[in-house]
Amino acid sequence: MGLTRLDQLYRQVILDEAYHPRHHGKLAKPTHEITVRNPSCGDVLTLQLQVSDGKVVDAAFAGSGCTISQASGSLMTDRIIGETPQSVLDLVGQFSELVIEGEVADEDALGDAAILKGVHQFPARVKCATLAWKAAAQALTKGAEHD
Amino acid sequence: MREQFPFFTQHPNLVYLDTAATSQKPQAVLDALTAYYTQDNANVHRGLYRLAYSTTERYEAAREAVAAFVNAEHAEEIVFTRGTTESLNLVAQSFGPLAVQPGDEILVSAAEHHSNFIPWQQLAAARGARFVVAPPTPLGDTDPAALAALITPRTKLLAVAQVTNVSGGLVPVRRLADQVHAQGGFVVVDGAQSTPHMPVDVQAMGADFFAFSGHKVYGPTGIGALYGRAELLDQMPPVQFGGEMIDEVTDAKSTWAPVPLKFEAGTPNIAGAFGLAAAVAFLQAQDWSTVRAREDRLVRRLRAALAAIDGVTVYGTAQSLGIVSFNLTGVHPHDLATFLDEQDIAVRAGHHCAQPLMARLGVPATVRASFGLYSTEQDVDRLATAVAEARGYFLGTD
Repeated sequence: MGLTRLDQLYRQVILDEAYHPRHHGKLAKPTHEITVRNPSCGDVLTLQLQVSDGKVVDAAFAGSGCTISQASGSLMTDRIIGETPQSVLDLVGQFSELVIEGEVADEDALGDAAILKGVHQFPARVKCATLAWKAAAQALTKGAEHD
Repeated sequence: MREQFPFFTQHPNLVYLDTAATSQKPQAVLDALTAYYTQDNANVHRGLYRLAYSTTERYEAAREAVAAFVNAEHAEEIVFTRGTTESLNLVAQSFGPLAVQPGDEILVSAAEHHSNFIPWQQLAAARGARFVVAPPTPLGDTDPAALAALITPRTKLLAVAQVTNVSGGLVPVRRLADQVHAQGGFVVVDGAQSTPHMPVDVQAMGADFFAFSGHKVYGPTGIGALYGRAELLDQMPPVQFGGEMIDEVTDAKSTWAPVPLKFEAGTPNIAGAFGLAAAVAFLQAQDWSTVRAREDRLVRRLRAALAAIDGVTVYGTAQSLGIVSFNLTGVHPHDLATFLDEQDIAVRAGHHCAQPLMARLGVPATVRASFGLYSTEQDVDRLATAVAEARGYFLGTD
């Protein structure tokens, strides 16, 4: 039946994260906002960041999507709060490597987000996992700043 | 039937329910491709040696076979293209500006595939015309009554799929065509999803243009056809220039070959045309009433099995042609498709190149199962069982 692989993708913590996502909604005072799409499935994700004093002090995401993209949005926002934009970009790179290759030099740096490692066995789902992270990188590099 | 498709020998355990995306190929089509490359490979409409001449004759015989397949009056009314998308774009680019003036209207259904939606949206914008989108039925099919209500004296083009690609509903093209023609307009029919499931007759349905793809009718990818009424094709300018499509070229100007060659610039997909001719022959050898009865049985069996699962919404109707789209409340179509894939069940999950329809259905995507000549009741039962299991897996059992 192959459900072992499936269980690695849909671990209970991932399902919990997806069905009860953290940082889901809108920020009162975002400094960065971006909307990204996964054209293959139609998922839309809007990410808001509040950056002050050189750090991401708050983050929120909205939109609908599959279990993987929702869990990833929750784990990503939770992980990047408190980080500098540069370290967010580093984390995005490491996360992409983890879900594409199945391993990365400093997996611990990703914290809880590393539980999405199982995605690497499902190449068709890598874009679902990386959508929120790519949004963070885009928001910080070319996203329009509000104020 | 299944034994005629070598693909299933390679994938004995696979439940292939994505024929609306692309069909598997019978041995006869594969043989035609091999025969072309091993025995007949020469360019067409160029060489004077005997081989080039006989290959040209066979290429034109393929055109005649396609003309007969859709009941065109003349073989010259068939233009070989890459597929439905290229056929529709050819009409929009070449015929569109002749037919549509500022202030005119182009009418489509919200249930159209993007390839029969965007070319007309872009044409309307370029010509200063109104792009009118008719609402679909609540179940995601084209609503003929909604289309009919929007036909006006300004309707210069109606573009409609004979069978929709998400819900599989059959559109009564003739009635709409009569209404459009009475107002002086033209009708473009997307036949990508009808040609695999039913005999089509472009004259009886009143189509001015009709497009379909080879790879959805058990033929190769990269080949398709555009049917156009001869008097319309004659007036239309070519949209691509190059070899094969000219009459005379001087420094100052060029003149064009007669239809259909003026629309076939460059070396065409000769192998594809041979493969398509084999596919057409394969389909014409089927007894359509048996095919229809079989596919209808599969559609009804799947719809009934899915409807029995808590939280499943099934789109379309029991009359759908070989297509069943559905959603499971609380489970994203991509998650469901991954779950099914782990059980060797191939379905399509996504917006099916029909985002305007998804927006009206209020969903980002659906799961779509679609049948071909090789589909079985066992395929249906394995899918339905797996969907019920997926519900338990993602949402827990109650």
